[in-house]
Amino acid sequence: MQKKGINVLEHSNSYTFRFVIIITIVASFVLAFTSQFLKSKQEANIEIDRKKNILECLGLNLKNYSNDKIVSVYDEKINFILTDINGKKYQDISESDLYVEENKSTGMLSYFINDREYLPLYYSKSPEAYILPISGKGLWSTLFGYIALEADLNTIKGITFYKHKETAGLGGEVEKKWFRDNFIGKKIFDINGNLISIKVVKGKAKDVLSENKWMHAVDGISGATITSNGVSSFLKNDLIRYSKFLNNN
Amino acid sequence: MLNKINSNFSDPLVDNNPITRQVLGICSALAVTVKVEQAIVMTFAVTFVLVFSNFFIALLRKFIPAKVRIIVQLTVIASLVVITDEVLRAFMFNVSKQLSVFVGLIITNCIIMGRAEAFAMKNDYKQSIYDGLGNSFGYGSILIIVSIFRELLGSGSLLSYQIIPLSLYMENGGFYVNNGLMLLAPGAFIILGLIIWLQRSITNFKEE
Repeated sequence: MQKKGINVLEHSNSYTFRFVIIITIVASFVLAFTSQFLKSKQEANIEIDRKKNILECLGLNLKNYSNDKIVSVYDEKINFILTDINGKKYQDISESDLYVEENKSTGMLSYFINDREYLPLYYSKSPEAYILPISGKGLWSTLFGYIALEADLNTIKGITFYKHKETAGLGGEVEKKWFRDNFIGKKIFDINGNLISIKVVKGKAKDVLSENKWMHAVDGISGATITSNGVSSFLKNDLIRYSKFLNNN
Repeated sequence: MLNKINSNFSDPLVDNNPITRQVLGICSALAVTVKVEQAIVMTFAVTFVLVFSNFFIALLRKFIPAKVRIIVQLTVIASLVVITDEVLRAFMFNVSKQLSVFVGLIITNCIIMGRAEAFAMKNDYKQSIYDGLGNSFGYGSILIIVSIFRELLGSGSLLSYQIIPLSLYMENGGFYVNNGLMLLAPGAFIILGLIIWLQRSITNFKEE
C-alpha cells in the first residue's frame, strides 16, 4: 500500500543502521544534558520535600507554605538528635556528617560515621514529638517515611511517606491522608511495656481483630496486601532498632 | 492555505476531538482529572510533547526509514517525555509528585503516536505544529472540563479554593456531603460518557 507523502523508497540496511545510531546518540546527549543541568534543582526540591514531610507528620498543615517558609519553620522547630543502638546520645555531630547506606534487600537505612553505626532522629519542642525515619520494601520499591511519636514515646502523632514507587491508587495510597490518619493515636507498646509496633491488617482493624489489639493495628489498603505487609514489617524492624532509646527516655 | 491551517488547528478542538470523537487518551483522562491543577499541568505537558514530536517527526519524515519509523517516533516522543518529567521535577515538584507516573505514561498516550504516524509523517512541519496544537488543546479542554466537575463535586473546591461553603457540610451541622465517587475513576468515566453523548448529539455524529 502506498501512503501519500510517506517516503516509500526502500532504504538500504546500512542507511537504516546509520540513521538509528545517529538518532539514538542525539537523544542520549539531549537527555544527559537535561538531567545534569536540572539535577541540583531537583535535589534541592527533594530535600525541601523531606523537611516538609518531617513537619507534616507532626500534624502541621503546610498546604500554602512556600519553600522558604518550610525551611524556616523546619529550622525553628526541628532539632537533630543522634543516638545509637544502645540508646546513648551524642552531641556535636551534625546530620550532614552521616553516611547513609540502604540495605538492598530490606530497604532499611543504616547511618555511619567512620564505620561506626548511629541512629538519627528528630525532636520537636512544640508540638512535642520525636520523629524517627522509617524505610523498607513494599511491592515494587523502597518506601521512605517518618513516624512521629508523642512525648510518651508510645503514642503515634503522625506518619508520612515521602518517597516510593508503589502503584498509584493501590500501594500508592500509603501517602494519602486517610491511611496516614489511621495511625494517629495508636500505641507501639502494650500495657506491659513490650514493643508491639503497628500492624497493617487486611480489611478493617475493627472487623478482623479482637478489641485489645485495636490499639496496635490500622486498616489495610485493599489491593495492596504486599505494600501493607511491607509497611508492618519495616515499621517494626525500625522501631526495634530504636527500642533502647525509646525505653530509656 | 489559511483555511487549511485553520482546519488542522480547529478540527480536533471539537468536531474531531481526540477524546470525545476518536476515544483516544482515555487512560490519562481518567487518571489525572481529580484536581483542576493536575489537569492543567497535564495539558501543558501533553501540548509540549505533542507539538514538538509532531514538529521533529515532520522535519525528519523524508529521512526516516519506513521499516523503523515507529521506533524512531517512539525515541523522539520518549525523549520529549523524559525532558518534560525532569523539568516538572525541577520547577513544579509538588505537581510532579501528584502526577507521579502519569507524566512518564504520556509516552503511551495514543494521541501522540497517532498524530505522529497519521499526520506528521505526511505533512510539513508548519501544518504539523498546528495539528499538534489543535489536538492537545482538544485533549486538554476535555481534561479540564472533566476535572472541573470532579473537583467541584468530589472535593467541593476549584483549583484548591473552597467553593462550596464549609458551613453547609455535614460535619459542620449542614446537610452536604462530597461525592466520593467523583474522586475515583468511575466518576470520570460517567462524566466523560456524558460529555461524549452531549457532543455527539449536537454534532449528529454516528459511529460507523
